Amino acid sequence: MSEGRKRIRWVLLLPCAVLLVMVYFFGVSLGRDPSLVPSPLIGRPAPEFSLPELLDGNATFSLRDVEEGPWMLNVWASWCAGCLVEHEFLMALGRAGAPLYGLNWKDGQADAMEWLELRGNPYRAIAVDADGRAGIDWGVYGAPETFLIDADGIVQHRHVGPLDGAVFTDVFLPVLQGESQ
Amino acid sequence: MKYLAAALLTLVAVTAMAVDTQAPLATAEQQSLYRKLLEEVRCMVCQNQNLADSNAPLAQDMRRELRRMVEEGASEADVKQFLLDRYGDFALYRPRLAPHTFLLWVGPGVIVLLSLGAVALVIRRRMRMPIPDED
Repeated sequence: MSEGRKRIRWVLLLPCAVLLVMVYFFGVSLGRDPSLVPSPLIGRPAPEFSLPELLDGNATFSLRDVEEGPWMLNVWASWCAGCLVEHEFLMALGRAGAPLYGLNWKDGQADAMEWLELRGNPYRAIAVDADGRAGIDWGVYGAPETFLIDADGIVQHRHVGPLDGAVFTDVFLPVLQGESQ
Repeated sequence: MKYLAAALLTLVAVTAMAVDTQAPLATAEQQSLYRKLLEEVRCMVCQNQNLADSNAPLAQDMRRELRRMVEEGASEADVKQFLLDRYGDFALYRPRLAPHTFLLWVGPGVIVLLSLGAVALVIRRRMRMPIPDED
């Protein structure tokens, strides 16, 4: 009898244990920012595009035009508030010679050019994705986003939101310097 | 009653005023596949809306892409793979069954079964117990 009772108690505890595990997972999930969606692109080749270059009316810009080595693709637009936040930092990167390329996403060409004139241009080249088609291929769901592509053309990281020194130093710099791969 | 009916009709009218104002697709199958996809694909900007309900610029772009794909004869699986490759599982309101979504699909059922099992055991045990004397 008492043995049977013990067995019952143990079985009764099972749902509670499962519940606790779920509470733990949901608790962890609650602390996460739901607007940060992981990118399935990580570890895969950078999606190809062939788009007009913003400042050179006749040229197209595609992955072949990116200089050898690791590089960054910054998705921006003149209507994007977060882009204004990160612009100073991007300018500093540009001045330091960082391989920073731009994807001008769902923007007007005149607005984009005015933005650069006003605030400076940190990019080596800028692809114009006026209708957002390339953005979809890159899984872009907002601006700013910054992708890090290694020397083999593999996407290593996607940062959502304004880029800053801390993230850049932790995540981007090691790959740009060819340290971690 | 009349007013209530009128109010309800207004609601229906508002819902029917779908954000997607494009002409229907060429065939009925394509149109129904397109509508089905709009219901099941998440708008990535306004995360708790689907593409059918959202008027965000990105949702418009994605509707345009899905429309184009369906017109070109893509199957439901093609379109879903296209979305998974770009936006991941999060883009689909009904995630596929995969190792990392297994718990999501099976977890609730397991908990219900475990709980029912526990209850059944307790009941059987209790039924075999002698009825205690009053007092």
